[in-house]
Amino acid sequence: MVSLSPPKLSAPAPSPPSPRGRRSIARHRRRLGLLYVTPMAVLVAVLFVIPLGLMLWMSVNHWPLIGASAPNGVQNYQALRDPLFLRAVWFTLKYTAVTTVVLGLVAFGLAMLMQRDRPRVGAFRTIFFLPSAVGLASTSLLFYGLFTTDASALNGLVEFLGLGRVDWLGSHDNALGSTVGMITWRFAGFYMLILMTGLHSIDPVLYEAARIDGANRWQILWRVTLPLLRPTLALTMVLSLTGSLLAFDQFFILTGGRHDTATVVIGIYREAFLSQDLGRAAAVSVAILVVLIVVNVAQMRLIRREGR
Amino acid sequence: MTTLLRRTGFYVTGGALAVLFLLPLLWTLSSSVSGRQASDGAEGWGFANYQRLADYGSGLDTYLINTAVVSLVAVSVTVVTTTLGGYAMARLAFPGRNLLFLVTLAILMVPYSTILVPLYILLGWLGLQNSLVGLGLVLAVLQLPFGLFMMRNSFEALPVELEEAALIDGCTVGGALRRVLLRGVLPGIVTVALFSFLAAWNEFVAPLIFLTDGEKFTLPVALFNLQSGSLGSVDFGALQAGVVVSALPCVAVFLVLQRYYVRGFTSGALKG
Repeated sequence: MVSLSPPKLSAPAPSPPSPRGRRSIARHRRRLGLLYVTPMAVLVAVLFVIPLGLMLWMSVNHWPLIGASAPNGVQNYQALRDPLFLRAVWFTLKYTAVTTVVLGLVAFGLAMLMQRDRPRVGAFRTIFFLPSAVGLASTSLLFYGLFTTDASALNGLVEFLGLGRVDWLGSHDNALGSTVGMITWRFAGFYMLILMTGLHSIDPVLYEAARIDGANRWQILWRVTLPLLRPTLALTMVLSLTGSLLAFDQFFILTGGRHDTATVVIGIYREAFLSQDLGRAAAVSVAILVVLIVVNVAQMRLIRREGR
Repeated sequence: MTTLLRRTGFYVTGGALAVLFLLPLLWTLSSSVSGRQASDGAEGWGFANYQRLADYGSGLDTYLINTAVVSLVAVSVTVVTTTLGGYAMARLAFPGRNLLFLVTLAILMVPYSTILVPLYILLGWLGLQNSLVGLGLVLAVLQLPFGLFMMRNSFEALPVELEEAALIDGCTVGGALRRVLLRGVLPGIVTVALFSFLAAWNEFVAPLIFLTDGEKFTLPVALFNLQSGSLGSVDFGALQAGVVVSALPCVAVFLVLQRYYVRGFTSGALKG
């Protein structure tokens, strides 16, 4: 289901009668092709390629939010040595590791539980997926209420269980745990769906064969399901890694970066719009971009190799 | 016996998990219509929270219209450009085809939050800073890789004979695209529209950066201000009413178009 092979571009033109007609039709189709892709090409060029170039240029300029800019070499890249930035990097990595593991396990459990067709299983799948239809910002605002109002369902439940009061966002570890919980709620159904498409593509004959050979469920999981699910697992990992490394909404809304929970992207935002230094923000962006491209390419290679 | 036990186990576990997943949604629904919490102690049910939300800032209607405008621009630009582009990629030979395809897919590789700062400057140069249309265009660009992939695959899945027959019957290429092929790729178009709507409607960081004028805020940004901007106590009732208002269209659209959403996954277009 994951197609990562280079595009197969076929251009079957209807066969016209005469050579001359064919040539003019081919020319016509070529012109039409250019015409049809022009709107997209303009958008990509103006709002993607140029900003990329501009980011590189800004990163070697002193570029205040308001006022004139001037080249200043690699000075902006000193932002990468800023202790505040390094702490944001550390926190982001920690958050990414925890989220990827927790979310991966929960989603995998859900997918295993929900993969078999039974009566009403569709309703369950829809319920688990429902949070994914709610935007991340709305989710964060929803959970901000759940976490911080005394009478919320969450605090009511905790009280009912006799666990006393929990300050969900009041410390570094609490905020991290609460956010990971929220993100798991929001994304588990989404990843469940991806993993289920992977599980469906495993040939049932293989399970049958393993059972005949006397394998128990645990052995089947480790020897059949997981190895064959590796491309899909790798895909969910890429998505989860990239998503968490770029986390912004959840921490910006839940903690505002308090208790040392500022992520790298919050760092960029602060650099650009609070310190009003767009050059330094661009330098940090370039660094993140390079790291993420390396991560993505490595992962894609992995998927592609194992997908064969 | 074991099957019965196992089946019971499945429904008990599934049911418990379902409650856990539904709980936050049910809570926000109920607290949006209950009395203002923990402050003035007002009891009972009602729409007072929604009333206060409607009057917040520039007015809920303004924010809803802004969000709708941004979504409309993003969805229509994405659908039109990727339908035309997908058709050209699938059926027409033209110079630079592979290059354009790869550059468009590269948008997926570049995390967009890293190009927001240069985009902010660029939109300023184009006179599109603090503009709902500019924001919609940026959000459309983010949807191009998925949309192009989806639409190209949709056109490739159509039999070539369909187009040939239309051409033989005297249609021009454009006419065949309009009259015959569009019907065939309609499911793909719905999928692309659905994904770009959900993304645009819920986008937070881009409007937060690009929109500086309070009158132009989209719903997520306005709600964030409701949460963080108010000095002193946060109006939690109005906040949860806002969450409901912003989530409702997405949940409704998703429930109606669920099968198109799943299509988006199985097409393999999720991640190039």
